[in-house]
Amino acid sequence: MKKHRWSIALVALALLLAACGDTGGETTTTGGDEEPTTTAGEEPTTTAGAPAGETPYTELNAAIAGDYEGTSVEIVAQWAPDGAEATSFDLALQPFRDATGIEVNFEPTVEYETALQVRVDGGNAPDLAQIAQPGKMQQYADAGSLINLSEWFNVDQLTQDQVAGFVELGSHNGDLYGVYYKTDVKSIVWYPIQGFADNGYEPPTTWEEMIALSDQIVADGNGNPWCISIESEAADGWVATDWMEDILLRTAPPEIYTQWYNHEIPFNDPEVLEAAEYMSQIWFTPDYAYGGNTYINATFIGNTQDPMFDPAGPQCWMQKQAAWIPGFWGENKDFTDPADWPNKPGEDVGFFYFPTIEEEFGQPVLGGGDMFVMFNDRPEVRALLEYLATAESSAAWIERGGFVSPNVNVPLDSYTTYPETELSTMVANATTFGFDASDLMPADVGAGTFWSGMVEWVAANGEGTEEIFQSIEDSWPAG
Amino acid sequence: MTARTLRRTGMPNRGGWPVKLSVFLIVVLWTIPSLGLLVSSFRPASEATATGWWTALFSPLATDWTFANYANVLGKGGMFDAFVNSLIVTIPATVIPITLAAFAAYAFAWVKFRGRAFLFAVVVGLLVVPLQMSLVPLLRIYQATGLTGSFLGIWLAHTGFGLPLAIYLLYNYISQLPKDIFESAYIDGATPFTAFTRLVLPLSYPALAAFAIFQFLWVWNDLLVALVFLGTTSDVSVLTIQLATLAGTRGESIHLLSAAAFVSMVLPVVVFLALQRFFVRGLLAGSVKG
Amino acid sequence: MSEAVELQAPVQNGRRWGVLRDVVISVGVIGLIWLGLRVLRDPEAFSEWGDLTGKLAQAMLALVLGIAGIWALFIVVNSLVEHLPARAAELVRPWIFVLPALAVVAVYLVYPAIRTIIQSFTEVPEGGGIFSNYIEAFTDPAVQIAIRNNVIWLLLAPAAAVVIGLAFAALADRVKHESLAKTFVFVPLAISMVGASVIWGYMYAWRVPGTDQVGFINGVIQFFGGEPIPFLFEIPINTYAMIVIMIWLQVGFAMVILSAAIKGVPVELTEAARIDGASELQNFFKVLVPSIRGSIITVFTTIAIVVLKVFDIVYTLTGGNLETEVVALRMYDAMFRFRNFGQATAMAVILFLAVVPIMIVNVRNLRKQGIEA
Repeated sequence: MKKHRWSIALVALALLLAACGDTGGETTTTGGDEEPTTTAGEEPTTTAGAPAGETPYTELNAAIAGDYEGTSVEIVAQWAPDGAEATSFDLALQPFRDATGIEVNFEPTVEYETALQVRVDGGNAPDLAQIAQPGKMQQYADAGSLINLSEWFNVDQLTQDQVAGFVELGSHNGDLYGVYYKTDVKSIVWYPIQGFADNGYEPPTTWEEMIALSDQIVADGNGNPWCISIESEAADGWVATDWMEDILLRTAPPEIYTQWYNHEIPFNDPEVLEAAEYMSQIWFTPDYAYGGNTYINATFIGNTQDPMFDPAGPQCWMQKQAAWIPGFWGENKDFTDPADWPNKPGEDVGFFYFPTIEEEFGQPVLGGGDMFVMFNDRPEVRALLEYLATAESSAAWIERGGFVSPNVNVPLDSYTTYPETELSTMVANATTFGFDASDLMPADVGAGTFWSGMVEWVAANGEGTEEIFQSIEDSWPAG
Repeated sequence: MTARTLRRTGMPNRGGWPVKLSVFLIVVLWTIPSLGLLVSSFRPASEATATGWWTALFSPLATDWTFANYANVLGKGGMFDAFVNSLIVTIPATVIPITLAAFAAYAFAWVKFRGRAFLFAVVVGLLVVPLQMSLVPLLRIYQATGLTGSFLGIWLAHTGFGLPLAIYLLYNYISQLPKDIFESAYIDGATPFTAFTRLVLPLSYPALAAFAIFQFLWVWNDLLVALVFLGTTSDVSVLTIQLATLAGTRGESIHLLSAAAFVSMVLPVVVFLALQRFFVRGLLAGSVKG
Repeated sequence: MSEAVELQAPVQNGRRWGVLRDVVISVGVIGLIWLGLRVLRDPEAFSEWGDLTGKLAQAMLALVLGIAGIWALFIVVNSLVEHLPARAAELVRPWIFVLPALAVVAVYLVYPAIRTIIQSFTEVPEGGGIFSNYIEAFTDPAVQIAIRNNVIWLLLAPAAAVVIGLAFAALADRVKHESLAKTFVFVPLAISMVGASVIWGYMYAWRVPGTDQVGFINGVIQFFGGEPIPFLFEIPINTYAMIVIMIWLQVGFAMVILSAAIKGVPVELTEAARIDGASELQNFFKVLVPSIRGSIITVFTTIAIVVLKVFDIVYTLTGGNLETEVVALRMYDAMFRFRNFGQATAMAVILFLAVVPIMIVNVRNLRKQGIEA
C-alpha cells in the first residue's frame, strides 16, 4: 500500500496502559511485576541471568559468545528506503552485527504491507518484520504464519522492561507474537511561537482555555485558529480518528476506551457520541477551521499547516499532529536533512499537550508504535529479536533523534533531541497511554468504515452524526 | 503501388482551419496536465505547493528554477543499475509475449484444428482475470521452482499477464489478412511455419508494433509484478521500484515525483517515436490488402 | 504484388541424417538456453568483469536469451516436426503454434482463476452457506455503490475514449504535422495510472477560494471569477472527475489503433464516395466508420475491460471515499487490507461475470470476421 510509515502507524489498535499499575480493560492481561505473565511454553527459558552472562536473553548471549557467527538474518520494515528512519534503524542494528558476527540484512521496502503479505502467503516470509498494527499481527498469528514467542522468549523480562501494556499489545490469545520497539506520541498540538508571543496568546492547558483562545483568534481577526486536514491517499480520514480517540480518552474512563475498540459497547455508544460532540466543537464551529470542511477533506495532510507559514503571518494557528510533521512545514519541504530546515521545531514552532477535558481522567496520551514479529525460527533470528527488546538496540536511533522507546530502561536523559526530550517525559508522566484504537479494531472498521465515515462526516460539515456513527456500527464484522 | 498508397490514405490531405483548430485544441487539452507536471519538476517544493505552475511560466524570472529535483532523483546510487535492469526485464517481456501471441493468433486465424474456437474464447475471456488474484498462487509455484527473483520468472509473469491482450489484438489483425495470399503461398509449397515467418510477420507490422508499444509501456511502468516476483534487492531492482523508493508517495511532494515521472517517461516516449516508423513500414507491407 | 508473397519451397532435409542432425541441434539449443539461465541466476557470474561491464554483459546475455531463446525454441521444434510423417505433422503442427501460449496462460491465469472461483464458494464465514460471500457482497452498501460506479465508468469512459480517439485520428490524418500531433495525445499512455492520478490530483487541486490556486482547473475557474470546486471531494463530481482521467489515458490507445485502421481503408472507397457527391461528414460516417467497424469494436471492448478493472486511479485519489468505490478496489481492500479472501474472490468472480456481455459482443464481432472460416 502506498501509505507512508507515519500514516500507517495510525491505523491500528488501541490499548490502555497505565504508567504505574494496571488500569487496562479486560483484554489487557496483568502487566504488574509480581504476577508473572502466563507463558505457554513447555520449557520457559525465563530465568534471568542465563548462562552466558550479561543479557537476560539466552540466544542473545549465545550469539554474543560467537555461536552463530557467519549466519544471516533478514529483517524488513516499512521505514521509507533512503529515508532518515531507515538509516537510523540500520545504525541501530550495527552493534548487534559487531558483537555477534551475524549478518543482518535490513531491507526497507516500498509497498510494504502488500509486499509483506504476498511474501508470507507465498511461503517466502522474511525472518523478522516490523508491523504497526496489532490487528495485522493477529491476522498473521491466526493464519499460523507467526512464531509463538511465549515458548522461549523471556517474557517476564520484557514485561519488566517495557512501559506497561506493550507486552499485551504484542500478545494474542495469551501468547506473545510481537516485541515492541518504538512508540509514537500523537497528543500534541503545534503552534507558531513568535505569532503567539506577538499577540499575547498562551498555549492552553485546559479544553476551556483552548476554546477561549480559538474565540480570541477569531475575534482578533487573525484568521482561523485551527489547521486541520485529513486527505492521505488511500488512507483519508485517519487524522480524524486520532482526534476522536484522543478526545474519548479525555471524556471517558479508560475502560470505556478498551470496551469501545473491543466492541463490547457499540461503536456509537453515547460516550463516543459525546466525544464526537467535543470534536465537532473545534472542527465544525464556523471560522474555527481554516477553509472550512472542504479544506479539511481536500487538503493533503502534509499541507495542512501551510497557511500557518503564510508570509503575511499565520492564517491558522494550531495543528494537532504527531512529531513527524515538521518536515512538511513551509520551506522545510525543500530540504531532506532536518539540519537545513529554515523552520526549526522548538524555535519557530512549538507544541503543547492536547489539553485535559475532564479532570478525573488525568493526562492521557494517545500513541502508536512499531513491533517486530518473527516468521522463521532459527537461533540467530531469536537472538536478533531479543536484541531488539533491549535498551541498547535503540541507542543509536535515539542519538540521531526521532525515536521514543517503550523500554523503561532507556534513561530519560539520553533523549537529547527535540522534541523527544519532551515527548519521552510526556509518556513517562501519562496517567493513561491509549494505543491508537483504530489500529485495534478489525481492519474493516479501523482501516475502513471508521476512516470513510469520518470523511463523510466532514463532507456533511458535522451534520448527521448519529446516522454516520450508526452506519459504522453496522459495518462491524459479525463474530 | 506501395508508395502511392502511403501518401494517399483513407482521407485526403486537405484539412481546413476548423480541422487544424480542432487538432490543435485537443493537443493543447491533452498536454496541459503533463506540462503542469513538467514545469513543477523544475520548481522548488515550497513554490510548487504555494502557487500554480502557470505562475512560473508567466513570471519566469521571479521563479527559482532548479535542477535539484532531478539531481535528487538521478543522483542516488543504483539508478543506472535500475535502468539497465528495467531494460533487461522489459525487452524480453515484450518480445516473448509478442512471439508467442503471433504464433497463436496465426494458428487461431488460419490453421484448422479441433477446439480452436473454444480455446480462443477461453483466451479472450482471460483478459479480465484480475492480476492481484493471481499473485499468491503464482508465488507459491515460484517458490517451489526457485523462479522468484529471477529474470526468467518475471519475463514469464509479464508474458502470462500480457498474452490474452496480445493474442486478441494480433488475431484481429491477422485474421483480416486476405485469404488468397495464403492460398498462393501454399500452392508454392510453403509450410505453415514459413507462411508465418514470411507472410504473417511482415504483413502484421502495424499490429505487432502497436502491441509492442503497449506491452513495453505496461512492463516499463509496472510496479506490482516487479515487486512481487523480482523483489527489491539492488541486483534486480527495476526503475519503478527505485523511483517509488525515492519518491515515496505523494507525501514527499509533487516536486520529486514530477521529476521522477519524467525520468521514467523518457524511454517510453522515445520508443513510441521510434516505432512510429515501423508503423509506416508495416503499412507498406499491409498494402497488399488493397 | 508485393515482394512479401515470394515464397521459397520448404527446405528439404536429407531424410535420415537430417533427423539426427536436427535432434542434436535441438538438444544443443535447449541445453544452451538452460545453461544461460543458470548463469543469469548466479549473482557472482559477472562480478569479475567489474561493475559496468559486468552489468552490461549480464544485460546482453539476458536479452539474447530472452529474445533469441524463444525463437530458437520455435525453430528447432518446427524442424523436428517436419520429420514426422505428413499426417502426424499435420496434426501436431497447429499445437506447436498455440501450445506455448496456452501453457503460459494456463499457469498464469487459468489456474489462479479456477482457484479463485472455488475459493469464493469455500472460504465462507463460519456457519455461512456456499453463497454467503455473494449474499454479503450484494447486501453491503459499499459494494452496491461500487457496482453502480463501475456501471457509470463503463457507460462513459470507453465510449468517450473511442469517439475522441476516432475523431482525432480522422482529423489528424488531414493535417501536416500528423505524427507530432499524435505524439502529444499519445504521451499520456506512457504514464502509469498512478502517475496519471498524481498529475490529475494536481490538476484538480482545490485551495481556499480567493487564495492562490495550485490546481490548473480551479486556477482557470477562479481567474474568470468562479468559485473553485473541490472536484474529488464532492459527490457526484468526484467519480466523473476520475473518469476524465481514464479517458485522458485511453484516447491515445484508441487513436493509435483507429488511425492505423483508417489508413488501411482502401483509398478507392472514400474516393468513390466523394465522386458520388458525399460530403466529408457523410463520407466519414457512411464509408470510413463502417469499414473500420471491427477495429472500433476491438478498441471499445479493450478499453471497457481496462475500465472494468479500474483500481489505481480511485485508490490513489479518493481511496474509495465519498461514494467513489469501485469493485476492483473493494477486491484489493478485501484481499490486502481486510484479509477477507472470501469477499475478495467473490468480487473477482463478479468482475468476471460483468465481462461476459462484453465478450459476447466481441465473439460475435469476430464471428463476422470469420473465425469459423
